[in-house]
Amino acid sequence: MIYRIDIFPKQEVSSSDLVSQIKDLGIKGDFKVYCRKSYLIEAISARSDIEKVADSILIDPVVETYRLIEGVFNSKPKDNEILITHNPGVCDTVALSLDKAINDLNLEVKSTRTARFYKFQGLDKKDINYLASKVLYNPLIEHILDYEKNANLKTLDEFAGNDYKFELVTVDILNVDEDKLLEISDEGCLSLSLDEMKIIRDYFKRINRQPTDCELETIATLWSEHCAHKTFRGIINYQEQDQAGNLVKEEKIDSLLKSTIAKATTEINSPDCVSVFEDNSGVVRFDDKNNICFKVETHNHPSSLEPYGGASTGIGGVIRDILGTGSAARPFASIDVFCFSPWHISYDDLPHGLMHPKRIIKGVVSGVRDYGNRMGIPTVAGATLFDERFLGNPLVYCGTLGILPWNKSFKTVNQGDLVILCGAKTGRDGIHGATFSSKELDEQTVGLTSAVQVGNPIEEKKVVEAIIAARDENLFDAITDCGAGGISSAITELAAGHGVMVDLDKVPLKYRGLSYTEIWISESQERMVFFAKEKNIEQLKQLFDAEDVEMTVVGKVTNDNNLTLFYEKNKVCELDMDFIFNLPKLEKKAVWVNRSESDSKLDEKEDYNEDLKRVLSSPNIAPKDWIVHQYDHQVQAGVVIKAMSDIGNIKVSDASVVRPDLESNKCVAIGVGINPFYSDIDPYWMAALALDEALRNVVCVGAKLNKTFILDNFSWGSPLDEEILAGLVRASKACYDFATYFGVPFISGKDSLYNEYSVGEKRISIPGTLLISAAAVIDDFEKTLTAGFKKSGSLIYILGFTHPELGASEYFRSLKIKKGIVPKVDKKTAKDIFTKLSSAIDRRLVLSCHDLSEGGLAVAVSEMSLGAGFGANIFLSDVPSVSDTLNYELLFSESPTRFLVEVSNDNKKDFEKEMQGLPVGLIGCVCDDAELNIHGRDGRKIVNLDLDSLRKSWMDTFREFR
Amino acid sequence: MLLRDQSLPRKIVFDSFVLLIIWNVKKMRPKALVLRTAGTNCDKETTFAFKTAGAQADLYHINAIKETNNLSDYQIICIPGGFSYGDDLGAGKILSLELMLWLRDSIGKFIDKGGLMLGICNGFQVLVKTGILPDLDFKQKVTLTDNDSRRFEDRWVYLQKPETSNQKPERREENSERREARGEREKKPEDIWLRGMPEVFALPVAHGEGKFYAQEAVLDKIEKNNQVALRYVNKEGATGSFPVNPNGSLNDIAGITDSTGKILGLMPHPERFMFKHQWPFWQQEDTVPFGLKIFQNAVSYFSG
Repeated sequence: MIYRIDIFPKQEVSSSDLVSQIKDLGIKGDFKVYCRKSYLIEAISARSDIEKVADSILIDPVVETYRLIEGVFNSKPKDNEILITHNPGVCDTVALSLDKAINDLNLEVKSTRTARFYKFQGLDKKDINYLASKVLYNPLIEHILDYEKNANLKTLDEFAGNDYKFELVTVDILNVDEDKLLEISDEGCLSLSLDEMKIIRDYFKRINRQPTDCELETIATLWSEHCAHKTFRGIINYQEQDQAGNLVKEEKIDSLLKSTIAKATTEINSPDCVSVFEDNSGVVRFDDKNNICFKVETHNHPSSLEPYGGASTGIGGVIRDILGTGSAARPFASIDVFCFSPWHISYDDLPHGLMHPKRIIKGVVSGVRDYGNRMGIPTVAGATLFDERFLGNPLVYCGTLGILPWNKSFKTVNQGDLVILCGAKTGRDGIHGATFSSKELDEQTVGLTSAVQVGNPIEEKKVVEAIIAARDENLFDAITDCGAGGISSAITELAAGHGVMVDLDKVPLKYRGLSYTEIWISESQERMVFFAKEKNIEQLKQLFDAEDVEMTVVGKVTNDNNLTLFYEKNKVCELDMDFIFNLPKLEKKAVWVNRSESDSKLDEKEDYNEDLKRVLSSPNIAPKDWIVHQYDHQVQAGVVIKAMSDIGNIKVSDASVVRPDLESNKCVAIGVGINPFYSDIDPYWMAALALDEALRNVVCVGAKLNKTFILDNFSWGSPLDEEILAGLVRASKACYDFATYFGVPFISGKDSLYNEYSVGEKRISIPGTLLISAAAVIDDFEKTLTAGFKKSGSLIYILGFTHPELGASEYFRSLKIKKGIVPKVDKKTAKDIFTKLSSAIDRRLVLSCHDLSEGGLAVAVSEMSLGAGFGANIFLSDVPSVSDTLNYELLFSESPTRFLVEVSNDNKKDFEKEMQGLPVGLIGCVCDDAELNIHGRDGRKIVNLDLDSLRKSWMDTFREFR
Repeated sequence: MLLRDQSLPRKIVFDSFVLLIIWNVKKMRPKALVLRTAGTNCDKETTFAFKTAGAQADLYHINAIKETNNLSDYQIICIPGGFSYGDDLGAGKILSLELMLWLRDSIGKFIDKGGLMLGICNGFQVLVKTGILPDLDFKQKVTLTDNDSRRFEDRWVYLQKPETSNQKPERREENSERREARGEREKKPEDIWLRGMPEVFALPVAHGEGKFYAQEAVLDKIEKNNQVALRYVNKEGATGSFPVNPNGSLNDIAGITDSTGKILGLMPHPERFMFKHQWPFWQQEDTVPFGLKIFQNAVSYFSG
């Protein structure tokens, strides 16, 4: 028997949020939308048991009541009613919790499912049909429950009659021609090139048998761009040409990673780097007891299809990277960086098949919010940028930092260790089109295959607690996360150099019907793999039971260097690990045509009041307090400097500072640098500027370069496009040049390629985007610094030289000017500026400090004023610059390595002495009047704004999101 | 010979002295149980806060407590913040069900024996959903429901103890007038948890379901019995709309006690203000970490 329970608020109100979303679609009129929670329960139990469940679990009796009906429907729903539920196989976290609660009550039910019931007033059926998939649900994970199909439904088991019967599948690759080889790769969605397929064929010729489907899938997974980083580790023939097409420079790069980013780390050779580019995250020294680790991942493609699920599994994935570092680290802070399309696009102008940016923005933010908050990890820092090219391909970067005892920073694998899988059960989630040829996929199987996933944070939270407890009891010595490729890559990579055998039938499944290959390559979330000694299994079981986490022994580490898989005692895979891990290097070609930069000079204006207000209101600059407030950014009690103050005036910080250990004064500053717009001029400088910005941000709060560590995360277009790949090469070269110059090592990184989409015939590629994330260890949190002005009457200095560099700047883009000189990091002074500023902050000579980035000096001084409620008087004539620099250039230039520094009168001499030899100017003072006055080169007042009007422009942009 | 005879009583005196010190130390350091479950996430810092305040503190999963079902070792029980079981069926719902099913009698006995109880955020939600608050009769009468903003809000708020309020909501004044007219005397819960707090102080809130809600009669009774422990106000102590009241709570209620004052539930997080630098403006102004004071109050209640 199926029961349906609808939960009603006692005072039902129309959802204003849904009404406004529907109005955004262009549907007018006075209408109302009511949304109710609905539960479906299949049970043999008496109706009274179901009533007990409803009374004691499902409702809040103070504000809710319910209606119980027998069957999915008791009558045909009216035209203005719809019931929405998850697609089969999509994680229904609430139903899992309901199962737990019903079990607590000692009642028995067969299965549960959640749904949402919507009722409309004042809208007709046509409108409702139109709006449903636009605002109520995403067809990739949910569907409308159809009355005809479900009225007489007998079971909620979506997989009834779908049992799997073992049958070994082999693929003929020995006796086929090249065309057929490619066809096998294409039809199996293996994404293997002809060269790679031939190498695989040769291997199987050598061992004289055909591969199984499972073996091909394993190779395809481990050789995939995602797991193997073929572009970064492959061979690139890089050419530079002048504009006439003449070859200027030619270079054969064997592994872009090794010859740029990793090379920088090797050359810098920091004694604080513990484990870099080896593990799931980069590990560096924190103090005598602990190390910290940091990883940033992208989840761009899943977030464009299902923003909520994509973003939540993005943050869930990177948290597992931290948990899977060394022999497990505890996550203590997260960051997120988003690139979206501006949202003021009408539904009519939206290309077919793309989701509205507003829905993407809200979905991504709430995905990170719900997962991060439930994990109890503060999301402390980030950035959000906007460009039209992110319309069909938003960027979602999620990063997490962890802390681990120094003696737990590595993994040890021994022959005879048992292979343990723990956490969530395994389903068909994320199987890339499966191994079967598409012909074999009937409609039902397609429906059951869920490419898009939804996370279950509480499962992951339980896994974290169980694993950290087991780590502290020394019950295991090696661990890794299940990410891309699921257990196939996790187990194989962890057992590399030894060999392993796995019984796939032992893997706990979410539902019936999975083949051995599906089990092996499933990317179900919230799972970890670790290796433990047999003698520890009992204690591990007790510990995991106490946390309600499932753990299962699925295999054993061997010493034959083979990957051997069994299903019900049948051998389904036996591969030589030397072969698997020796993937062929691919050769790609990259061609860069040198671009000439041309400056654009504008006429000077009488005043720049309107220009400043316009730049401040840019979505790249306007404060994202509405995002920060939704994140539990203070959980774990270690946050010393918040990304944004959350009471009184909004005050932005350059970086956040967190204490991972409440018993230590040591802390970690976390900052990011990202500006894809400069890529349009030269990805080399884009990368250099991102790096400089990340360093500026952490130095502002008190970090020193020699204790700062960085991560690179590339989001790029297709590497098959020679120009786009050349851009990637240039950005990587800048990473090497400036990391070595500053002496700041990369400790981890990731690349996401093929970020492009089609609108009609047109292929749109995102601008090459490099995110640099910086983490810096600071000895004493008492010495850290916030950005807002502190004291009326104190002095304002500018540090760093201002060049007329406005190419791709906020100011030029706000005027739609495409020309201009891209800002350049000046190797003569940049490092000195950082070092001396750090020293001044350490000596407590500085009251507040803010870097100059998007919007330049004018925006930086505005932000410092708005945050504190103090005004400022600024004189541009004292800004270090060449004499013919124009006023707007001084105001809005984005030259890097510049800071505004507030210094009290008492420290004037000491500060100036410390800055000797650097480009520095005393340009004004902090004042009590709530006014910002900026005087131009000639002494004329060119900005005169009261803080209220300045604040209005700054705050208005995201009004509709607050 | 004489010396040897004297040594025995001297040892007894010495040993008794040591025992007395140990006993006193024990008396001074009450034992707190921080109870966690799947999804609890403020447990470690809450335990840390109790320890900093001078208590002995144990952190246990409800599965472990369910086995022993023994709370008699403890003087304080705290249910910390988080998302117990994901708050999937409503905030704190499943944990409150489990407390009712497994620990109801033990909790009753614990309070009878003079124990203190604290529910922070998700813990407050659990205390109202079990009916431990407001009346310890295990009947749910009030609730904490979706914020008016319909989303999670993490922000600092100002709070006020109603006794020190200058601007009580109108209805409460009417009530007290009515009561005075009828010659009723106000019976106040003992001021335990918030003793010595300043008139207005700040703490952060971080929740999606924090709107205090009850039927009018229930609300009136809570007001009449002076069970409102904390109200959301602005810096000057005046009530106001969002963000002063971050969730739309009726009567701006941020926390309540039972009729004795021994059980406190509050939405704001005192464990997030145990160091001065947790305050967003620690670099501009000197401040006292008032959150820690709440934990210290519980400790000094036992240590005298």
